[in-house]
Amino acid sequence: MLRVENLHVSVEGTSIIKGLDLKIHRGEIHVIMGRNGAGKSTLANVVMGHPAYEITSGSIFFQGRPLEELAVFERARAGMFLSFQYPAVIPGVQVGTFLKKSVASVRDEPPKGRVFRKELNAAMAQLEMDKSFLSRYVNDGFSGGEKKRLEILQMLLLKPTLALLDETDSGLDIDALRIVAKGINQIAPEAGCLIITHYQRLLDHVKPHFVHAMIDGVIVKTGGPELALELEDRGYDWLDAAA
Amino acid sequence: MNEEALEAVGDYRYGFHDPENATIRFDKGLSEQVVRDISELKNEPQWMTDIRVKAYRHFEERAMPDWGNCNLLESINFENVTYFLRSSNKTEKDWDDVPDDIKNTFDRLGIPDAEQKWLGGVTAQYESEAVYHSIREDLEEQGVIFLDMDTGLKTHPELVKKFFGTVVPHSDNKFSALNTAVWSGGSFIYVPKGIEVEMPVQAYFRINAKNMGQFERTLIIADEGSTIHYVEGCTAPSYSTDSLHSAVVELIAMEGAKIRYSTVQNWSNNVYNLVTKRAVAHKNATVEWVDGNIGSKLTMKYPSVLLKGEGAHAEVISVAYAGEGQHQDAGAKVHHLAPNTTSNILSKSISKNGGRSSYRGMLQVMPKATGCRSKVVCDALILDDSSRSDTYPTMEIGNATADLEHEASVSKVSSDQLFYLMSRGLAEEEAMGLIVNGFFEPFTRELPMEYAVELNKLLELEMEGSIG
Ligand SMILES: Nc1ncnc2c1ncn2[C@@H]1O[C@H](COP(=O)(O)OP(=O)(O)O)[C@@H](O)[C@H]1O
Ligand SMILES: [Mg+2]
Repeated sequence: MLRVENLHVSVEGTSIIKGLDLKIHRGEIHVIMGRNGAGKSTLANVVMGHPAYEITSGSIFFQGRPLEELAVFERARAGMFLSFQYPAVIPGVQVGTFLKKSVASVRDEPPKGRVFRKELNAAMAQLEMDKSFLSRYVNDGFSGGEKKRLEILQMLLLKPTLALLDETDSGLDIDALRIVAKGINQIAPEAGCLIITHYQRLLDHVKPHFVHAMIDGVIVKTGGPELALELEDRGYDWLDAAA
Repeated sequence: MNEEALEAVGDYRYGFHDPENATIRFDKGLSEQVVRDISELKNEPQWMTDIRVKAYRHFEERAMPDWGNCNLLESINFENVTYFLRSSNKTEKDWDDVPDDIKNTFDRLGIPDAEQKWLGGVTAQYESEAVYHSIREDLEEQGVIFLDMDTGLKTHPELVKKFFGTVVPHSDNKFSALNTAVWSGGSFIYVPKGIEVEMPVQAYFRINAKNMGQFERTLIIADEGSTIHYVEGCTAPSYSTDSLHSAVVELIAMEGAKIRYSTVQNWSNNVYNLVTKRAVAHKNATVEWVDGNIGSKLTMKYPSVLLKGEGAHAEVISVAYAGEGQHQDAGAKVHHLAPNTTSNILSKSISKNGGRSSYRGMLQVMPKATGCRSKVVCDALILDDSSRSDTYPTMEIGNATADLEHEASVSKVSSDQLFYLMSRGLAEEEAMGLIVNGFFEPFTRELPMEYAVELNKLLELEMEGSIG
């Protein structure tokens, strides 16, 4: 579903990702762990198509299509989703308005008002979000945890076939973590998931198939769930030689 | 609006024009005789003719304002303007009786659709004069007067004489002199003591003819303890030559009264929109200007409030959108003349495709006006490098007890905001439209629902097709 081949990415002339390969199939959950600044968010952003990142060589395919053919919004409409590490604030735009527009543009057929409201209510109930969220402005004055919940709410509504989750677990308390994990597990069987995280604790609730260690823009080691435990335990220094 | 008409006018939604079927049309150009003829045609009392003539003489002598976009102002050719055009012989009370061509226009604009839904009353003005007017019976029974200005002068000459020109004298500026000389149409409203008009009343102004000048004159008097919300919308078709809109609006809020005056002005991009709007607020009265400027070639408009009585309050919320070839020079003026008066000014502007928007403000606190409070916030959003925004705030503070706040910001749409919205499936112009609507939201939420929806649609249209 997602294939990354020998990817090199630079930002403002600085090389960040330096030859990265990754394959994600439907139904697989992948985890990427790595130090701050390793290039994890860069990878997620470049897959989604952020204009600030330049692919200097290599390629990315989604469902067999080279991604450079697709504009950002087309990637979203094709089923890709990024849960942002730092979601943008959109002052004056109500969450409800935004969600409706987003869902209408991603789905082939925009849902009828009543159907959409029902769906929205159900998803919000599942994430234990209060209705008052809908009239607040997108991410404006949101706490870290509220922002992450809104990201997951969007994921549930957009039902992506590829979900990139960038530190969605950071800043969440135990209860919120459990709720978010439930959301991920709900879409995971039908989708490919790439979870970027620093912590094992999310992985108590979401069982990954593969864990990758990223150092300085490359994946230096891939393993199963046990690698996450080892990384949390030992840190990354022991892998530096491999980079 | 049909497809054909849309195509013909490009981006501008209300740019269609109907065949012009005038029953009376004056020759272009202005002279004392034209002024006298207008007055005579309307069968006005002598005192009004005298005011007009005096104002005309002042207009002739008076220099152009020396602020704003003086180059653009100098390009107005007063000789090429039609100062009076009558398109229907009387003002109808029943919509069915309005001539078909005029009715078509307003039907396309959604009037009187809006009336049925939520309004207390409607006046529709086409070219120089009102063509349709109605007011809800219950309001009429309570003594609320809502008329077009010409009828107001005929039926309530004593009220008009008492207040006309008391807030905006003809000598205020060149354009108020011009308006006083050739005014026609506009609204006249009187709300008796203690009456609260809950439903907004509405006026709709439309220029249809080429090189037309529209000079409506509006006078609203809210007697003690009364409240009124007046809404006005303006449109004109696109012609290759310019039209001139130069209105004067006077508001008088007596003790404890509240007036809200909301405008969504969407003139086409060849209209000079030079409007003098001013209010007097007496003791504990509130005046709110909610002022949206989307269209026109040049707008110069600074809704003002004279806070004359102790405890009076002014609120001015305005937005301006300046696109290609447009200059929106707008702002607010508040004069704190009495103690413990308060004011809030919020101004938001967007410039795009080389458009220019300026905030021009005046805040004055008189030496005797102790304990005043004022907050001014100006936010500008610039959408590309070719566009421009300036702020010209003036403060004259004659009193050390004043509590003043001033905030100004200029921002651009960040690529992270656009990326975020696009990653949720919105195309770039949709994303831009949403951000722009959000930026204007503090204004839009103050509007009646239909206007808010309409404004958002207009802004989204403005964002289309112009992103590289
Ligand atoms: N938009 C950007 N502009 C400039 N530098 C950036 C940008 N995004 C990331 N970087 C730099 O790229 C490197 C990797 O960042 P990032 O991908 O965010 O790391 P991680 O998510 O692994 O912590 C860092 O040195 C960071 O400063
Ligand atoms: Mg990161």
